[in-house]
Amino acid sequence: MKSNTRKVTQKLATSLLALTLGGTAALAQAAEVDVEIINVTTGTYFTPLLVAAHAPTESMFEAGTMASPELQAMAEGGDISGLSSALSATGAVLVENPAEGLLMPGASTLATLNTDNAMDNTHLSIVAMLLPTNDGFVGLSHWEIPTEPGTYTIALNAWDAGTEANDEIRGSGAPGEAGMPVPPPLEDMIGMGGTGVMADAEGFVHIHRGVLGDGDDEGGMSDIGFAQRWLNPVAHLVVTVK
Amino acid sequence: MSINKLFLVLCSAALITACGGDDDMATFELTVTNITTAQPFSPVTALAADDSLSLFTLAQPASTELEEIAEGGDNSALLAAAAEDEAVYSSVSGSGIIMPGMSETLTVMVPVDELDKAYLSALTMLVNTNDAITAVQKVPLNSIAIGDSYPLMARAYDAGTEANTEAAGSIPGPADGGEGFNASRDDTGSVRVHPGVISVDGGLEGSVLSEVHRFDNPVALFSLTRIE
Repeated sequence: MKSNTRKVTQKLATSLLALTLGGTAALAQAAEVDVEIINVTTGTYFTPLLVAAHAPTESMFEAGTMASPELQAMAEGGDISGLSSALSATGAVLVENPAEGLLMPGASTLATLNTDNAMDNTHLSIVAMLLPTNDGFVGLSHWEIPTEPGTYTIALNAWDAGTEANDEIRGSGAPGEAGMPVPPPLEDMIGMGGTGVMADAEGFVHIHRGVLGDGDDEGGMSDIGFAQRWLNPVAHLVVTVK
Repeated sequence: MSINKLFLVLCSAALITACGGDDDMATFELTVTNITTAQPFSPVTALAADDSLSLFTLAQPASTELEEIAEGGDNSALLAAAAEDEAVYSSVSGSGIIMPGMSETLTVMVPVDELDKAYLSALTMLVNTNDAITAVQKVPLNSIAIGDSYPLMARAYDAGTEANTEAAGSIPGPADGGEGFNASRDDTGSVRVHPGVISVDGGLEGSVLSEVHRFDNPVALFSLTRIE
């Protein structure tokens, strides 16, 4: 109940804010939408982002359901090609990898979606894998883009794809293979030699419970450091409807 | 604030018909409730201002005034700056610490003819941390009708000015009794969503915090009611 209340009040706050900032013309369909994505964590990295305006019938993920193979590939290895292809086939407008690589903690990036040639692309979805995690991702799924011009602010949570055990040790980014991928920019920031957290793949998409981490870079239970923990939300979105 | 309060006191002692208080000022009550387990809040600061006022921006560096609150719970610098700031209609400080489970109600007044431009922002420190705050920003005051309430759940932010060592001597709250504000900055350098505290029970060697000092979002309930 509390989270519902909060959601409602936040929506109220954003719509009221939009009313004060926005113009008076209510367009039938947004022509252009700017999406600024800010990584508001203290030590968690986002892999290349996928930002999409798509039809209301499409989605990138659904809470409480089993992850699609495309979502799994993104959440376990940062590979957005599957989700991108699937949405492209439906006529979605996409921006891939706006940050041109990892989006660092405290950094932001901008994606501009031109939806004027695709009147049905009324909903916004965004995903990127969180590093270091096994199958954590930052996500927004089928959020209805307001038609009223203005600026809207949304907080995005960390999700768990539920496809891989959160063992928190180095391993593979390939779907179905254990462990966390460690791309070169993060090589020195992630520990090694951890014995691994005992965990099972959960089987459904849900809010991530966070990582344990530990203070030992060369052993312990986890290869994740204390500095790479987070609480929700992990991203802040500023959506400008023009 | 104090002038307005004095004005109202004088009015109530005089003939009601001669008093324009009801017509001139919109009065709001802000109730701040601490919903953490063991993180007392420093005295709350509430500001009614136009939309040019920002307490902080996510992923941007904290002001020194914010740092003084986030590291030491001291809002005197922010209140002094607010008193000089033309963007601020009124500023008010809470009377003291708000313990977990407790709440305090502050009165905020805004001239009625400025209401369409007025927003409320408020913040406080979670004192058993290195530099955590919770805040609400830019709540549009003209959206609240007389008698209506506007509840907001608020999360914890990390000011990014002091490393989250949780070490003895670094935390001003009762868990430690250590240092408050220190002008040196040795953390991420910008305001983020707080990652939470780890505590000695969570495995952080040398932490003066125990598992009860942990928190999750939200950490505070800010409830704003327009009373006149």
